[in-house]
Amino acid sequence: MIAMPLPDKVTLARRREIAEALRQFVPGEGVIETPVEMRAYETDALTAYRQMPLVVVLPETTAQVSAVLKYCHAHGVKVVPRGAGTSLSGGALPLADGVLLGLGKFNRILDIDYANRCVVTQPGVTNLAITQAVEHKGFYYAPDPSSQIARTIGGNVAENSGGVHCLKYGLTANNVLGIEMVLVTGEVIRLGGKHLDSEAYDLLGVMTGSEGLLGVVTEATVRILQKPETARAVLVGFPSNEDAGRCVADIISAGIIPGGMEMMDRPAIHAAEEFVHAGYPLEAEALLIIELDGCPAEIDHLIERVVAIANRNRANSCRVSESEEERLVFWAGRKAAFPAVGRISPDYICMDGTIPRRRLPEVLNGMAELSRHYGLRVANVFHAGDGNLHPLILFDANDPDELTRAEKFGADILRLCVKVGGVLTGEHGVGIEKRDLMPEMFSEADLNQQQRLKCAFDDKGLLNPGKVFPVLHRCAELGRMVVRGGKLPHADLPRF
Amino acid sequence: MASFKPETEASLVDVVQAALADRTPLELIGNGTKAALGRPMQTAATLDLSNFSAVSLYEPEELVITAGAGTRLDEVRKLLDDKGQEFAFEPPDLSGLLGSAHAGTLGGMLACNLSGPRRLKAGAARDHILGVAGVSGRGEAFKAGGRVVKNVTGYDLAKLMAGSFGTLAALTMVTFKTLPRAEGEETLVIEGLSDEEAIAAMSLAMQSPCEVSAAAHLPQAVAKGVAMTLLRLEGVPPSIAYRRDKLIKMLAPSAPLHQLKAEDSRAQWISVRDVHPFAGPSDRYVWRLSVPPAEGARVAASLARQLDMRWFYDWTGGLIWLEVPPTADAAASLIRAAIPQGHATLMRADEATRNSVPIFQPQPAALSALARRVKIAFDPLGIFNPGRMQEGY
Repeated sequence: MIAMPLPDKVTLARRREIAEALRQFVPGEGVIETPVEMRAYETDALTAYRQMPLVVVLPETTAQVSAVLKYCHAHGVKVVPRGAGTSLSGGALPLADGVLLGLGKFNRILDIDYANRCVVTQPGVTNLAITQAVEHKGFYYAPDPSSQIARTIGGNVAENSGGVHCLKYGLTANNVLGIEMVLVTGEVIRLGGKHLDSEAYDLLGVMTGSEGLLGVVTEATVRILQKPETARAVLVGFPSNEDAGRCVADIISAGIIPGGMEMMDRPAIHAAEEFVHAGYPLEAEALLIIELDGCPAEIDHLIERVVAIANRNRANSCRVSESEEERLVFWAGRKAAFPAVGRISPDYICMDGTIPRRRLPEVLNGMAELSRHYGLRVANVFHAGDGNLHPLILFDANDPDELTRAEKFGADILRLCVKVGGVLTGEHGVGIEKRDLMPEMFSEADLNQQQRLKCAFDDKGLLNPGKVFPVLHRCAELGRMVVRGGKLPHADLPRF
Repeated sequence: MASFKPETEASLVDVVQAALADRTPLELIGNGTKAALGRPMQTAATLDLSNFSAVSLYEPEELVITAGAGTRLDEVRKLLDDKGQEFAFEPPDLSGLLGSAHAGTLGGMLACNLSGPRRLKAGAARDHILGVAGVSGRGEAFKAGGRVVKNVTGYDLAKLMAGSFGTLAALTMVTFKTLPRAEGEETLVIEGLSDEEAIAAMSLAMQSPCEVSAAAHLPQAVAKGVAMTLLRLEGVPPSIAYRRDKLIKMLAPSAPLHQLKAEDSRAQWISVRDVHPFAGPSDRYVWRLSVPPAEGARVAASLARQLDMRWFYDWTGGLIWLEVPPTADAAASLIRAAIPQGHATLMRADEATRNSVPIFQPQPAALSALARRVKIAFDPLGIFNPGRMQEGY
């Protein structure tokens, strides 16, 4: 289990006083402090970790968020922001000595602007609700993380969420035009807006994926796109992971960027097929779902080429969707992969490394070895287009030894991802889950530089501490600089 | 003025460390093609990064390229082109506008966060940068990001380098996403529309599923003849034909229209991308305005009533290039007062004017203070490009 910073006893003792103070800013039921009511907030989607917060506060306006943060900053009280609590990495795990700042009441869409092709929304609105608000005009919001029914836009910004379509349509960072945010000091700032370029330092880019450590987003302007006229999917089975991997590389080399390109390995295929009966080829070692979207003339043209490429790569089954129903059936298995795996194991953890695509076979082989070593099963679903792996490690949480082994297994998978040139997390965030693995990817200097940026936003380290960074430094310590003596080394450098 | 041109990261660290010890402010340059952008600076020496110019990795099937920050953009463009790929954000070559020798380096492209007509679909340099390595103003080597598209491990410091004009770090290496170039392109040209009509037509086109990849409008004064509204379609040939017919049917303009095929279409968009209408030598000043696209015509119209200006639109109206007479304040306050949301950047003016007029949009106090703290996080003594963007950073 990953250790959290020890709670500050003085703050714990001031709980009543803090709750009372917060009531001045957020009246009535907006402040929650009884254990029974706070229970709903003790964990996010990384359910192995639970912690009751000090107090829960649910503001409704930017002014209230500002007042809460200003108070906490002045009194040195930690704050953990929370959207819908769907983080898979423990990003919204409360702190015993921290105020949990829930943004669930920021649930209104403020402006739908078709002329500028954007939607201005509060952060507690779900990802899917944005698409639902504009789809009657043929528009949609492109990033579609699999939990989009529940996930909020604020959480998407905090984690820079992706989804199956991000190879072609980008991540959250590429689809957010602007935000209003509150700094820990209570200052309200706006970054970007309905115009395309956010000016000066790209603080909007930095905020996206900052996991609630830099500020609290209270409004977002997101880009909406016109839905492609139509989409068709190809379902291809391969006798080996190598063949499937080569097929993906060949499709991209041919200049084709599919709307979505997903891969599943044998255990994932079987689990999904037993669950939803999508007609997946059970004899296949690897399955690809390749979706092409656009106008019919384009899809017909490209599908032929994709099928030819698949056949050249030893596909042993290949089906092209002939109707919208069939396309959705192809996807049903993939979309239900997580619950499908949930049926064959009491518990699972979902990992999230990204690798250079061509290293896939060796990473899968390495995973099979680790699976034997730890005596735990693993099933793989994979955003093949962008190299984002989601290994699902199956275990039983009632057996403490299995949980420990599962965590070690997961960490080894991520080490393997970094070793082949990849990264620890593609879209789920570091949170607490991958916090202690950060040194696998970054040097101390790299991490210190990131924390210095954190200091520019949050000088006292009050926003979501204990997440992302394995070692917490004081800002004063990080800012200190040792300058060597001596003159500019004129002699040994070319001059003009 | 002294110039330092390190060849390795270690010698770059030495230069920066020594500059820190002496408190010597440095002007960071690649090939110096964008020296005329931003606020003029007082520096004691230049730090030339053009030795970091090797392509260390290009894997077309992985859609990724890693190269030294000093690698020339035109060379990389050729390398990508040979494999049927490109930077999807169409980085412009501003040498005609700025009077420089060529398009510059990858580091400069990132530092200025360049983008071209496809900005409305594919984003800017910031949307395609995957990772960076360099030396901070503290004299410490660091890296951020990676070489894969999907990565949320730690803060996105690579994105922060976009648009930072060399005020945060001296970059040695950059990793960008590459994408396949479209098989074909074609441009639909509608003739003789007013600005308002043009922006309405472009907006309508963008609200259709026709996947318009660029939308610009050249008013009569810039188009030299009749005003032209340009809508670009890219993709495989059958798809282009289908979408062109659909677009014509939908827009049903009463105005005459014609099409630009392949090379003609390419040339037209390079002209828009590289701001050819305002290429020098010229003593007139040039502004770049980023506004909500639907506001474009209104902004230009209100300014045209007060200024002797020429202008054209890209990004469906969201980008306005504006050429004004060389007055002392370059009409800065007038222009900024006309923008409801967005910003205006002075892209070309003589040095005296660039010294007295805020080049970049002035920021509200809280944001400006935050930007200053960000600068300090990377460069506490202010030795990298001091004051290039605003007072203090």
